[in-house]
Amino acid sequence: MARAATTTDAFNAVAEPRRRRILDLLAGGERPVNDLVQRLRMAQPQVSKHLRVLREVGLVEVREDGRQRLYRLNDEPLKPIHEWLKKYEQAWNHRFEALDEVLEELKGKETGDHGNDD
Amino acid sequence: MTTSGSAVVTLPSDTQIRMTREFAAPRHLVYQAWTTPEHIRRWWHAKRGEVTLVEVDLRVGGRWRFVMIADRGFEVGFHGVYREIVPNERIVSTEVYEGMPDGEAVNTITFTEVNGRTTLTILTQHSCKEHRDAHINSGMEAGMQDAMDLMEQVAVELGRTV
Repeated sequence: MARAATTTDAFNAVAEPRRRRILDLLAGGERPVNDLVQRLRMAQPQVSKHLRVLREVGLVEVREDGRQRLYRLNDEPLKPIHEWLKKYEQAWNHRFEALDEVLEELKGKETGDHGNDD
Repeated sequence: MTTSGSAVVTLPSDTQIRMTREFAAPRHLVYQAWTTPEHIRRWWHAKRGEVTLVEVDLRVGGRWRFVMIADRGFEVGFHGVYREIVPNERIVSTEVYEGMPDGEAVNTITFTEVNGRTTLTILTQHSCKEHRDAHINSGMEAGMQDAMDLMEQVAVELGRTV
């Protein structure tokens, strides 16, 4: 399977930990570049490079406000990733719900027999 | 009250899956339900089929194997070897998804009790990302062709970003 270019796909775009940090910061609201540079403690060109990747996959949007460029999160492209993991989580949630039932029964038996032996 | 909330799945790195879930029971019971074949049969099916085999040789070097027939008709099997056992506290074991026998993972399962409630944590360490992603896919219904394309790519700590 050919590797998708970083810039074409949300999955690759979020593979980079610093880009995930940018998304985390933007999840709290719209921010100017300078603010991101400060919080990330990274050089501006580096931050801009990551922002460009995120923009190209649609994860962030930008607007001009006077002399500032304000970035905001668009989480729509994350949905396929979320859906992917969600199915795995769902299977385990079903397991754990069944395990809850087993545990209720074990608790009932234990209080019927003798006290907690732990 | 049995409802204990839902599992939290995160992908701490490209090769790991971490899952936590709280149970309204003391940990010796969670441990018991987790390690006893007759109990495992009742929860491991994930409501997607029927568990047909549960073997547990709960000692260091002992083998385990779980098999189920999924509702869609195919067989899903996992097996591994116990590496470390601290009763009621911690189990380290290998895990192989038989649909992808080259991909051996190591699971560290911890049971932590606070006020009679137990938090179960499963940390799965894969040797490479492709195997990690295949593992995630093994827990899902078939039919997501997209998932195959995603296997090379990444994921995230989704709980936090979505």
